[in-house]
Amino acid sequence: MRPDARLQWKTRVFAVIVILSNALGNFSLAWGMRNRTTLSVVDYVAAIFSPWVMLGISLLILWLLSRMALLSWADLSYVLPVTSLGYVASAVIGRFFLSEQITPERWTGTLLIVAGTVLVGLGSPHPGGDL
Amino acid sequence: MLLSVIVGSTVMGDLLQSLEMKRHGEIRDFHPRGLGKVLATLARKKYLILAIAFMAASFFAFMTLLEVADLSFAVPASAATLVFETILARLILKERVDSRRWVGACLVACGVALLAR
Repeated sequence: MRPDARLQWKTRVFAVIVILSNALGNFSLAWGMRNRTTLSVVDYVAAIFSPWVMLGISLLILWLLSRMALLSWADLSYVLPVTSLGYVASAVIGRFFLSEQITPERWTGTLLIVAGTVLVGLGSPHPGGDL
Repeated sequence: MLLSVIVGSTVMGDLLQSLEMKRHGEIRDFHPRGLGKVLATLARKKYLILAIAFMAASFFAFMTLLEVADLSFAVPASAATLVFETILARLILKERVDSRRWVGACLVACGVALLAR
């Protein structure tokens, strides 16, 4: 495999991990924190050790590490727009599990994000670099 | 006030994280032992620790903002950081931001703002 093609593939795989771990991590956190009152330190500790919150934290740790790995070879100005697909993923999860309404405005927003992501994603993650 | 804390710490966190990872260079070894070595090296990088501290600050500031403001106000703020960070990536990290990336970043920022309404 040519080095360019290898890097493109590696970048795509990591972008998908970053996007999904962020959206799913935030969702599990929100799900785990629903109907919880955190008035004291004990409440907080109990919340942290509940299964959904633990899952959310683990996914967000995965998000941080995979994003760091991605930034080790891809530019920040590439990573930011591409991983913004996470906003779309969160909207879809919200629609699915929390039965939120998707207004025409939101559909337009989703389309704009996807367009921006595709536009940037088709380019090189590190143009003119020595990788 | 809270908003400027969020924008400022997000921008600083991302910039420092990107800077330190660029210095480290491409991670190629994904076997557990290799990853452990990478993590041990990274855990000693000052900028990276600072970056994570900034990200934590921005996370808690965002949570606080959500208590006093609507999500539809809070999320467009994060869209603003996107354009801001692209400008700083060009200026400080000396990245080559071509027209494709400028247009992409603006499209995404508009999209995020719409999504939050």
